[in-house]
Amino acid sequence: MDTSEDILQQASPGLIPGSDAARAAKVTRLSPSFISWLQAGPMMLVFLAFFLIPLVFVVIVSFWDYNEYQLLPAFSGRGYTDTFEGCIAQLPDLCTIGKTYLMTLKLCFLVWAITLFLGFWVAYFLAFHVKSKTWQMGLSLLCTIPFWTSNVIRMIAWIPLLGRNGLVNSGLVKTGLINQPLEWLLFSEFSVVLALVHLFTFFMVVPIFNSMVRIDKSLIEAAYDAGATGFQTLVNVIIPLAKPGIVIGSIFVITIVMGDFITIGVMGGQQIAAAGKIIETRVNALQFPAAAANAVILLAITFLIITMMSRIVDIRKEL
Amino acid sequence: MTEGRPRSFYALAIFFAAYVLFLYGPMIAIYVLSFQGPQGGLTFPMNGVSTFWLQKLFQGTGIVDLGAAFRRSLLLGLIVMAVTVVLSVAAGMAFRRKFKAQSILFYSAIASLIVPSIITSLGISLEFRIIDDLIKAHWNENFETSMGLLTSGLGAHLTWTLPFGLLIMFAIFNRFDPRLEEAARDLGATPWQAFRHVVLPIILPSVIGIGLFGFTLSWDELARSSQAIGSVNTLPLDLQGLTTTVTNPDIYALGTVISAVSFAVITLALGTIHMLNKRQAAKGSDAGKGLV
Repeated sequence: MDTSEDILQQASPGLIPGSDAARAAKVTRLSPSFISWLQAGPMMLVFLAFFLIPLVFVVIVSFWDYNEYQLLPAFSGRGYTDTFEGCIAQLPDLCTIGKTYLMTLKLCFLVWAITLFLGFWVAYFLAFHVKSKTWQMGLSLLCTIPFWTSNVIRMIAWIPLLGRNGLVNSGLVKTGLINQPLEWLLFSEFSVVLALVHLFTFFMVVPIFNSMVRIDKSLIEAAYDAGATGFQTLVNVIIPLAKPGIVIGSIFVITIVMGDFITIGVMGGQQIAAAGKIIETRVNALQFPAAAANAVILLAITFLIITMMSRIVDIRKEL
Repeated sequence: MTEGRPRSFYALAIFFAAYVLFLYGPMIAIYVLSFQGPQGGLTFPMNGVSTFWLQKLFQGTGIVDLGAAFRRSLLLGLIVMAVTVVLSVAAGMAFRRKFKAQSILFYSAIASLIVPSIITSLGISLEFRIIDDLIKAHWNENFETSMGLLTSGLGAHLTWTLPFGLLIMFAIFNRFDPRLEEAARDLGATPWQAFRHVVLPIILPSVIGIGLFGFTLSWDELARSSQAIGSVNTLPLDLQGLTTTVTNPDIYALGTVISAVSFAVITLALGTIHMLNKRQAAKGSDAGKGLV
């Protein structure tokens, strides 16, 4: 940036001979599209090197062969056949991978339904009932701060509450509601769903809140004036207008739960099989092609879900 | 404000309060439990109050070398924060004009956000393994690995923080008045001067927000680190490892320390944002004030 020369040139044109030509050259060299490339290029490179190319490697390696300790770069479908082992032989019973995906989808559905319910009403309260901007900001921040803290800590935080001698169990035993501590409170499907809801409702609240604050309040008054009950306004005005946020939030929550292996591992006591968990197990066994094949399957299913959902709404328009 | 709140307000206010309790209650429980007495266990009731477990943590006795993991996580977090801020602001500026490959970058960012972390992590680890094999085969037989905290680890974290940075930049420029910049240019500012003296001061509070996301997301990152960090562990990885083995309040003490860093960073960032907003309100434009 030769700013001093620019300033000189402006102050007394013609002082620097030949600088007009130089300026012209500079202008052609730094065309707007070139500047855009300079600005956006570094981020693009990071995604290329650490996201797009790795995805290509996942697909390639899923078709490689392997033995106990290394990758063999030769075409093989073993990653996939190992994954679907017994799926036809065991019919009509579900094979391991089938059961695993059924479990993953079940967790997905439960977490989705609960986070949607919680997220919708939290966002509704913030968007329509909190009138002052300062309060709105403060309360939104209150919902966001946990997102900036560690997920693992927020998982283990349930242990003193749900454990065999935890607060819930000792409370229930003391009040005489149960004689023995409940075993299913921790390291179970229940605790997995609870922790996932606890961690990821945030991803539902934010997009739904975003959609809701954009709703013109006069539309709601118009519905009220036209004689709609509160429930009718909710179903016919607010929910349709909040739909983009609901869809985006759902995409976030579903993709997170589909690929999760940490929450399911820690809160499930490493006992529950899920789609993300298989990949981790295969990697730990150094069976990379099998891990990659599972990753491809998971990616395909996730992609399918997103495509179905984004049919409902144009994501790009909403951001 | 107080007149005529509908009954649904009170119902939802209670609902919201319950949600906040649900969010914070368990976290507060472990912060309290990390001050257990020396005989205390993993659950309530408290068996005396002491800083025994926190001290034990800092002495480094017992569990893995946490000091080293702490420094590694801090270093990585700071680098991720700096890179995220610079690349997001730059790319955000680019998006104010149309340019080729705009939608490729946009969809890469969105995809990077929603493709399950374990897949990205596995991909990066495969990429680096293959690079290692190539180096070993063609150049240097004794080569160990190119995987590490500041190569594959840094890249893995950036795939998680950059999408947030970019989306925040979109939000900023959605409500940015381009006339301010035009005015600067009309007054003879170069593009850099217009950015440095007009655009940056206005967007600075949100840019600090990007830094906050960059640091905290990296500081607590786990899923993407799991396969891509190489031979060393970050603090969250160590913490996760402890969940299966530890039977005393060590783990709560560690959780409290990690959270303390998060809260310190959050407070610092929010405080700075608040101060900047106040300064903008006080010293900002007085345009139009003389007219009305």
